[in-house]
Amino acid sequence: MSIDTSKVASSNGTEAATASKPGRAGSLATWADDRLGLATAMKKNLRKVFPDHWSFMLGEIALWSFVVLLLTGVFLTLWFNPSMGHITYEGSYDQLRGVGMSESMASTLHISFDVRGGLLMRQMHHWAATVFVASMMVHLLRVAFTGAYRKPRELNWVIGCLLLLLGTLEGFTGYSLPDDLLSGTGVRAADGFLKATPVVGTYMSFLLFGGEFPGESIIPRLYIIHVLLIPGILLALIAAHMLLLVYHKHTQWPGPGRTEQNVVGFPMLPVYAAKAGGFFFMVFGVIALMGGLMTINPLWKFGPYDPTKVTAGSQPDWYMGWPDGLLRIIPTGWESVIFGYTISWNVMLPILIVPPLMLVILMLLPFIEGWITGDKRDHHLLQRPRNAPTRTAVMVALMTFYGLAWAAGGNDIIAIKLDASINQITYFMRVAIFLGPLLAFWITRRWCISLQRHDNDKLLHGYETGIITRSPDGSYAERHLPISETAAYTLTARDRDEVFHANGDTDAAGVAAPNTRSEKLRAKLSTWMYVHNVQKPTRAELEAAHHHAEHEAELQAGLDHPVDGHQFDDHHLRDADEVPLRDH
Amino acid sequence: MSNDDNRPVNGPDGTPEPYSDETGAQSHVPARTPADPIADPGLPPHTWRPTDVDPKAEKRAERQIAAMFIAAMISAVLFVVAYFSFSVGDNWDTFLGLGASTVSLGVTLGVSLLLIGTGIIHLARKLMADAEMVEMRHPAASPPEDREATVAALNAGLDEAGIGRRPLVRNTMIGAVGVLGLPAVVLLRDLAPGDALDIDKLAHTLWKPGMRLVRDVVGTPILASEIEVGDLINAAPEAMFPSEENGYPELEGAEEQSEKAKGAIIIVRMDPDELTPATQPDKWTVDGIICYSKICTHVGCPISLYERTTHHVLCPCHQSTFDLADGAKVVFGPAARPLPQLPIKVDEEGYLVAQSDFTEPIGASFWEREKL
Repeated sequence: MSIDTSKVASSNGTEAATASKPGRAGSLATWADDRLGLATAMKKNLRKVFPDHWSFMLGEIALWSFVVLLLTGVFLTLWFNPSMGHITYEGSYDQLRGVGMSESMASTLHISFDVRGGLLMRQMHHWAATVFVASMMVHLLRVAFTGAYRKPRELNWVIGCLLLLLGTLEGFTGYSLPDDLLSGTGVRAADGFLKATPVVGTYMSFLLFGGEFPGESIIPRLYIIHVLLIPGILLALIAAHMLLLVYHKHTQWPGPGRTEQNVVGFPMLPVYAAKAGGFFFMVFGVIALMGGLMTINPLWKFGPYDPTKVTAGSQPDWYMGWPDGLLRIIPTGWESVIFGYTISWNVMLPILIVPPLMLVILMLLPFIEGWITGDKRDHHLLQRPRNAPTRTAVMVALMTFYGLAWAAGGNDIIAIKLDASINQITYFMRVAIFLGPLLAFWITRRWCISLQRHDNDKLLHGYETGIITRSPDGSYAERHLPISETAAYTLTARDRDEVFHANGDTDAAGVAAPNTRSEKLRAKLSTWMYVHNVQKPTRAELEAAHHHAEHEAELQAGLDHPVDGHQFDDHHLRDADEVPLRDH
Repeated sequence: MSNDDNRPVNGPDGTPEPYSDETGAQSHVPARTPADPIADPGLPPHTWRPTDVDPKAEKRAERQIAAMFIAAMISAVLFVVAYFSFSVGDNWDTFLGLGASTVSLGVTLGVSLLLIGTGIIHLARKLMADAEMVEMRHPAASPPEDREATVAALNAGLDEAGIGRRPLVRNTMIGAVGVLGLPAVVLLRDLAPGDALDIDKLAHTLWKPGMRLVRDVVGTPILASEIEVGDLINAAPEAMFPSEENGYPELEGAEEQSEKAKGAIIIVRMDPDELTPATQPDKWTVDGIICYSKICTHVGCPISLYERTTHHVLCPCHQSTFDLADGAKVVFGPAARPLPQLPIKVDEEGYLVAQSDFTEPIGASFWEREKL
C-alpha cells in the first residue's frame, strides 16, 4: 500500500513546512509551473479586459477562417499529388474517364469523387479562402475608418497589410494547384506577367517554370510555396499581429467612463474566451454549410489543362479581380521597344506597378496622416468615420477605385448579363477609374461634414421629437428635446481638430526656420484636411443653447404642467431605479 | 472655437513636447479637460439580466444551452451515419445539384459546429458574469529609465565586442556575409537546369517548311478545298501527332506541352477581296485561307471567339480583339501586337502545309523579344 504523500510536509528546512494541496489538476499545474513559470505570465492575461463591439469581430472571422484553412488543408494534402506527370484518369467521374491529365488534376478528382467528405473539404477550403481574404479586407476598412491605425498601432497596420498580400498570394498559389483548364489559364497569364518584367522577366519565368512554359515543375513548386512557405510566414505574422494587439490592448469606442487611459469590457476568462471560442465554431460551421451546399470551383466541368484551349468567362478568384480589371481596361497598344528591348506597359502598369503601389499607399496611410497632423500622442479611443471626414473620404475614394477595377475585371460577365456592349463598358471604365474616386471623395467628405453638423444640432438643440406644437400666434414648430447626458457626452468625446500652421520663414533672430518647405506643405495639407470640419460646441455654446431652449419652453408652455414633450407620446421617462431589468 | 483642448505643442527644436495634463504628470495619451464641453458621467450602473434575477429565466437558459449541445451531438452522429450511408463516385449532382454525400456531410457538420458555437455564446451572454471590468492602459513606450538602461547595455556590449574600433574586422565580416549571397543566388540557377534556361526557344515552334496543318483534336490533315468561306478551324502542327506514316519523333511530357502551347493555330477562310495588304495575301495565304497563331500577344491565352461577319477574333481572358482580315491587327483591348501569321501553301495532294516557322516569337511579349 502506497503512502499518502499529500499529508507529508515539504520543506528543505529553511521554510515552514506546508502540506501540499491535494488535487490532480493542481499538482499538474504545480509541476508545470515549477518548470515553465506559467503563473507569472498568466496572472494578468487570464483576466485581460477586451472591449466589446460588433465591428471588432471582423478580424476574428479572418483568424478563424485561417484555422479552418489549416485544418481542411491538412486533410487535402493526404491525397493531393502535386505532380505534373501525365496519366490517364481512371477514377469514378464518368465524363473524364480515359482522358489524359496531370496527376495533380487526377488526384483532385480523386479527392472530389472517391474520397468521402473529400469534395466537402475541398469546397470548404476554397470557401474559407475567399472568406479569409474578404474578412481581412473588411477588417482593414474597419480599422481605417475608425482611425484605429493611429499611433501606437501603425506597425500592426503594416503587418495587417502584409497579411492581406500574403493571403492573396496564398489564394493564387492554391487555386492554381489542381491544373485544370481554368487554373492553367491563370498560370499562363501569370507567366505573361512575369515575362513583362523588364530585364530579368524572361529568365524569371524560365527559372520558375523550370524551362519553357508550362514545363513539369510549376505545380510542385507552387505546392511547396502554398503549403509551407507562405503559411509559415502567415502564421508568424498572425502571431505578431495578435501579440501586438494584446500588448497595445484593444481600442474602444468613447462613451461614459471609457477614456484614453482605460479599457472597459469583459475579461478574457471566462467571457471573451467563451465568446471567441464559440465564434470559432460558428465560423467553422458556416464554412461547413457553404462547403456542403454551394459549389465552388467545379473543375471537373472545366477539364484538364490544355494550353490550346480556354473557356469563355475565364476569371480568377474574386480577390484577384481588380488587377485583372486594370489589365482589361488598358488602352490598345501600350508597348514600346527601346534599344531593341520590349517594354510591355500594357502588362507592367496594371499588374507590376499599380497593385504594389496601392499596397504601399495603404501601408503608408497612418504615417502620412500622422505627419500631416503632427499628432504624436497614443490613441486608444476610436473615431467615428464622420469625425475624420478627409480620412473617410480618402478611404472611400480608394474603395471606389478598387470597386471599379474589380467590376472592370468582370466586363465580359457584365456585358452578357446586361446585354451591353463590352467595348462601351470598357470605355466607360477607362474614364470612371479616374473620375469615380474623385467624385466619391467629394461626396463622402461633404456627407461626413453634414453628419457632423447634425451631431452638433442634436447637442445644441436636442433631438427632433416629431411633436408639432402650434403657438398662440398660429405658427407651427417642432419640439426638440435634449438628448440624454450619456448620448451627449458620447457625441462630444472627441478631439478638436487643430490646423497646423507653419512657423514663419524666419525665426525671431532672422534665421531661416528648418524644414520650411516641408512645414509649409504640411500646413497646406493640414488645412485641406481639417478646415471644413465641424468642431464640437464649447461649453459656453452648449449652455447658451440650453438656456435658449429653456427660455423658449417657458414662453411656449404657459401650461399648468411641465412640458417635457412626452405627455403627448406615451413615452414617459422611467426612473432607472424602478426598472432593474434591461429592456428586451 | 475655443482652444482649450490639449494638443502637443512644438518645442523650440520642432519636436513635440510631451503632453502635460492638469496634474503636471507626463501623459502618453490625450487627456480631456474634465468638462469639455460635457463632463464624463462615468460608467453607467450595471443592470441585471433576467437570468441574473429570475431563477426561471436562468433555468430556461440552462435548458436551451444544454439542448443545443445535445442537438450538436446528434448532428455529429448523423454525420457518421451519412458518411457510411451515402456513396460518392459519379453522384456529384444527385441532390440539390450536389452529391447526397457532400450535402449531408456538410449540413450535419455545419449544424453541429453552429450549435456548439451558439451554445457557448449563449452561455457567455446569459449565464456568465456580465459585469464590465476596467483595466488601465500603459504607454506602449518603455519608461525612460528602461530605454537608458538598454542603450547603456547595448553600448557596453558593442564596446566589449570592440567591433567599432576595428574597422578592418568589421568590414571584412560584413563583406564575407554579404558575399555569401552569391552562393545563395547561384544555387537557384538550376531551377531550369542546363539548356532549359535557353530563352532562344521562345522564338521557335514545331512548324517547319512543308509541315502539314492538322485538326488539333484528331490530327487529320486539312484539304484547302474543304474549307468554306467563314470557317474557323483550330489546328496544330502535324508533328504533334507523330506516327510511322509521317515519321515525326515522339514528343513527351514537358516538351509536348510547351510545343503544344506554342504551335496552336487558327485557320480561317475569307473572301480574298476582303484581305488587306497587311495580311500578305499574295505570299502567305491560299485563296483567302489564312492562318494565325492562336496564342494572344497580350499574356498568352488561347484566343477563340470568332465573329464571322466582322472577321474579329476575341481573347476571352482580357478581350483583346484582332481583325483577321487586316493582318490580325489589334482593334480593341490591351494587346499591343497583331497575332503572328503562319505562311501557308498547299502541297501536291491539296493539303495545307506551312511555308516556314513563324517569323517572330508567338504569344506574350518579353524583354528580349525583338532580339531573338
